[in-house]
Amino acid sequence: MIPAVFEYERAGTVDEAISLLGSDEDAKLLAGGHSLIPLMRLRFARPSLLIDIGRLDDLRYVRDDGDRIAIGALTRHAELVRDPVLAQHCALVAEAAAGIGDPQVRHRGTIGGSIAHGDPASDLATIVLTLDAEFVVRGPDGERTIPAAEFFAGMFETALARQEVLTEIRVPKIPAGLYLRVGRRAEDWATVGVAAARVDGRVQVGLTSMGPTPLRARSVEDALAGGASPADAAAHTADGTTPPSDVSGSGEYRAHLAQVLVGRALEQL
Amino acid sequence: MTQIALTVNGSRCEADVEPRQLLVYFLRDNLALTGTNVGCDTTSCGACTVLLDGESVKSCTVFAVQADGSEVTTVEGLADGDEFHPVQQAFHEQHALQCGYCTPGFLMATVSLLKEHPDPSEEEIRLALEGNLCRCTGYHNIVRAVQAAARAGA
Repeated sequence: MIPAVFEYERAGTVDEAISLLGSDEDAKLLAGGHSLIPLMRLRFARPSLLIDIGRLDDLRYVRDDGDRIAIGALTRHAELVRDPVLAQHCALVAEAAAGIGDPQVRHRGTIGGSIAHGDPASDLATIVLTLDAEFVVRGPDGERTIPAAEFFAGMFETALARQEVLTEIRVPKIPAGLYLRVGRRAEDWATVGVAAARVDGRVQVGLTSMGPTPLRARSVEDALAGGASPADAAAHTADGTTPPSDVSGSGEYRAHLAQVLVGRALEQL
Repeated sequence: MTQIALTVNGSRCEADVEPRQLLVYFLRDNLALTGTNVGCDTTSCGACTVLLDGESVKSCTVFAVQADGSEVTTVEGLADGDEFHPVQQAFHEQHALQCGYCTPGFLMATVSLLKEHPDPSEEEIRLALEGNLCRCTGYHNIVRAVQAAARAGA
């Protein structure tokens, strides 16, 4: 499987990437490539210009930033897994990263690429949504910050404008969080994933592969805030979701699985 | 065409490549390093695993242009002359291969694993080799070989 022909440019800076994005409306950014290249090989994606930002090493960092942690968009999954700041203040991100793909994939895949791709099966997208992360993006008119709740617009669609580059992800420091996922095979995508975290004294819950985007289980969160038991709150897991039916499971199965996982996550949190 | 320059198994090479050429095909077709196999072609089986700047990657999911300026090690780069690399020696002694098609990928994944975790537990080994599939299902001996290589200080 050989991708369709494309032009290739390597950006030396974020600003150069932004300007290259302006030169071709079918351009795509290439970070680690572990979502995009498989799609290009299947020719589901046929960008005419690939702008390689994979060498922008100044976007590879995890920094303690007061009450938040700032993560450079090009930080690789393997780097998240072994990062001491995350281990201490937001181990949930590192634990979720450790379950992505396999070691080879984690050596290449980046947190920014995973989020900007907008795949509803992305584990890290669910994590950052659950944590109410903020995304710093840069475009021709400068920088802006997008809350995670406004970022995921649809399947493979995000709030990023055509010339914008995701540069940083800011997550809160949290006392507790966990991510439970069920996949059918080794190195598989999650059939369903469930994140639960304590953020600012509240329990927040997120869902992977339960709709066209990563989702928050707001009814579960509200039930918990109203004093419901974990089991009673978990009964609301599938409220408002549209889980897909595919080779990994039916929508009905996913809804059941998600409820079981939310119940377990809340018990363990 | 895009010009790239990289180091493969210690030798510097320069080439003009099509941007869409995948690293595995660059290694096999341009450099005749056919030890790196193409298995599933979909980032699943790990037969094409090589080291890119010291870390295991699936070369079917990296464009050759992305390896520009990097160091690549393939299975051909492991042995020192006629002397096996300790990981190769351990696979040989523990009979960690049947048909052998997946073996180059397992060797490279193991070298990368032992660099990151010199003394992994059996469970850690099995998880770390999650990205490599053996269709002969010779996993038990493969795990034994990784343990033997770790003991040998590979």
